[in-house]
Amino acid sequence: MHPAFQGLLTVVIGVGGCLAYYYFSNAFLDKVLFPPRGKNAGRNINRANMIRPWLFLAPALIALGLYLAYPVVETLRLSLTDRSQGGAFVGLANYSQMASEPKFWEALTNNFLWLLIVPAFSTMFGLLAAQLTDRIGWGAIAKSLIFMPMAISFVGAAVIWKLVYDTRPIDQDQIGVMNAIYLSLGGDEPQQWLTIPFWNSILLMLVLIWIQTGFAMVILSAALRGIPEETIEAAIVDGANPFQVFFKIKIPQIASTIVVVWTTITIVVLKVFDIVFAMTNGQWETQVLANYMYDKLFRANDWGVGSASAMVIMLLVSPILVWNVYNARKEMR
Amino acid sequence: MDNIAGTKSSLTWAVHLSVIILVGLWLFPTVGLLVSSFRTADQIATSGWWRAMFPAEQNLVLRTAAPAEQVQEGGLYVIEGNLFVEDGNPRPEATISVWGTSSRDVAAYEVGDTADMGEDGRITVAENGDYRLENDTEFEGRRGERVFVTAKTPPEFTLRNYQNVLFDPSNREGMAKAFFNTLTVTIPATIIPILVAAFAAYALAWMDFPGRALLIAAVVALLVVPLQLALIPLLKFHNEIGIGKGYLGAWMAHTGFGLPLAIYLLRNYMVGLPRDIIENAKVDGATDFQIFIKIILPLSFPALASFAIFQFLWTWNDLLVALVFLIDSTGETTVMTKQIVELLGTRGGNWEILATSAFVSIAVPLLVFFVMQKYLVRGLLAGSVK
Repeated sequence: MHPAFQGLLTVVIGVGGCLAYYYFSNAFLDKVLFPPRGKNAGRNINRANMIRPWLFLAPALIALGLYLAYPVVETLRLSLTDRSQGGAFVGLANYSQMASEPKFWEALTNNFLWLLIVPAFSTMFGLLAAQLTDRIGWGAIAKSLIFMPMAISFVGAAVIWKLVYDTRPIDQDQIGVMNAIYLSLGGDEPQQWLTIPFWNSILLMLVLIWIQTGFAMVILSAALRGIPEETIEAAIVDGANPFQVFFKIKIPQIASTIVVVWTTITIVVLKVFDIVFAMTNGQWETQVLANYMYDKLFRANDWGVGSASAMVIMLLVSPILVWNVYNARKEMR
Repeated sequence: MDNIAGTKSSLTWAVHLSVIILVGLWLFPTVGLLVSSFRTADQIATSGWWRAMFPAEQNLVLRTAAPAEQVQEGGLYVIEGNLFVEDGNPRPEATISVWGTSSRDVAAYEVGDTADMGEDGRITVAENGDYRLENDTEFEGRRGERVFVTAKTPPEFTLRNYQNVLFDPSNREGMAKAFFNTLTVTIPATIIPILVAAFAAYALAWMDFPGRALLIAAVVALLVVPLQLALIPLLKFHNEIGIGKGYLGAWMAHTGFGLPLAIYLLRNYMVGLPRDIIENAKVDGATDFQIFIKIILPLSFPALASFAIFQFLWTWNDLLVALVFLIDSTGETTVMTKQIVELLGTRGGNWEILATSAFVSIAVPLLVFFVMQKYLVRGLLAGSVK
């Protein structure tokens, strides 16, 4: 069967199956199990209403449990066992093996660098773009163009930026913008940018900053427009200059949104894989945790250490997870 | 906003300028790739894409016509023609500045000079490529004389890269198959989670039951769980239930990973729907199922559209899920992102192939982005700003 046809069939079966499940399970509940008739009509309605939410929720809960909740537990278990010993419990052996690998520490250090730099610069550029574009007539178009990289895949972005960082021998014309600029500013010979440790990590981060700035801009621009005008007018009447208005009046009022943007980008950074995988594959000291984990799982086939490094990512995400849940619960009250 | 108090800012021009610079910086890399995808391999390799709009100075190796074309003029054997005419097709107008007859000295002669090649004869080359090759004895051999020229060629764009990458069935590195595979992954993986999530979101928004708050908190928590954790356990699971690597596994994985965001977005939206409508319907005797299908679903269209775009972009652009759950050793089910990563490895220097392939994969999300941007922005705001 042709896969495209198979895909179409899956849509039909999936959608039809879902609808049929919801329809028939509800009908079964109302018509057969607890019909709102007879001497128990009142009690039956109550019972049906107690069960119905779970009918609506069941498929989603099963999928969530199986595809997200169970793997967390299973990964934790795998990180404490050794596959080559038939899955025997080995305690923290995988973790200590991981800690003895320089590549792991390189990945962890790089990840922290990414965590410091990418959210900070994306938020900063996003705020700048939001503030500037809100004040001009063609702002909507400018926004949409800065936002555009959001739609581009990490792999596509990797190709785009590899062209920017491209290097040709010195006797040829440079086709990468970066080397062309470098040489025209008096650089003596073209650099292999992606092989220069530390700076190559920065160059990879630049790709993600380029992608995430649009996201930060969209959210922050909405927040800026939500600021009550009176506060700004009052400040201007009191003689504040535009910079004071921005830093002392606007920023404090959108602080909570800045935190949301910052944490959202932080999560993206922790999961970043494609960019490193496609551009350097962790060579020249650009390794990050997600790519290290992929290396361990699927190249070295070491599920123990791979799972252990996945748990490190989970650990780094946890504070944000707790913070988000805490905020969500606060809002619901 | 800064002219509220009647102080029209002197910074306005600076704002315009800064935005122009910012937009320019953000567009520049993408435009580079787009322009490159319309240039020939030679052009990409010899000059930066930003020079594509201007005439480029190129070093070319051209040939005179073959000795079979020679005519006899008195005691001389002569071949005449234009260097830029290849197989009868003239190239776009180019102007030669210097030329030579040996690869060691390509700038030996000015236009109009005559080069003496000893027993191979004498050749004169004009600025527009016209040449006259003459000799006292008959020309021999099958091929023409090589001429090395430095010429200014006008900008030239071609669709040949796209033809090769998309429509050449003999090209094993082509994108056509990967394009359809990506589409095959994307469509079910976008539609199915929407439906499952919508029902769950309705229950979480409008039905009262014990444990509801806890479930909502769980969804918020699962939003940030890295999918890296799911790779091995789920691959094991897929192997155990016998679906292994393939479309079914990829669809299921994308559905599972997309659900938290879908439920979260849709619940936030549905909670905001007016209570009156729903209660009136209940008073009129509508069941929850009817309320959901006839009232909630149509009213939630903007939120459904927002999530659909997110999920579409995410599944279309995904590499990791495809690598782990979809692509087996035969490579029959390869998707575009994987294909591009392979090309980066094997064709790292062939920018005409890379640029074109990347643009084929970027084009669809960009189109969706520009057409549906309104919904995308709305979804982002619903997801993060309260």
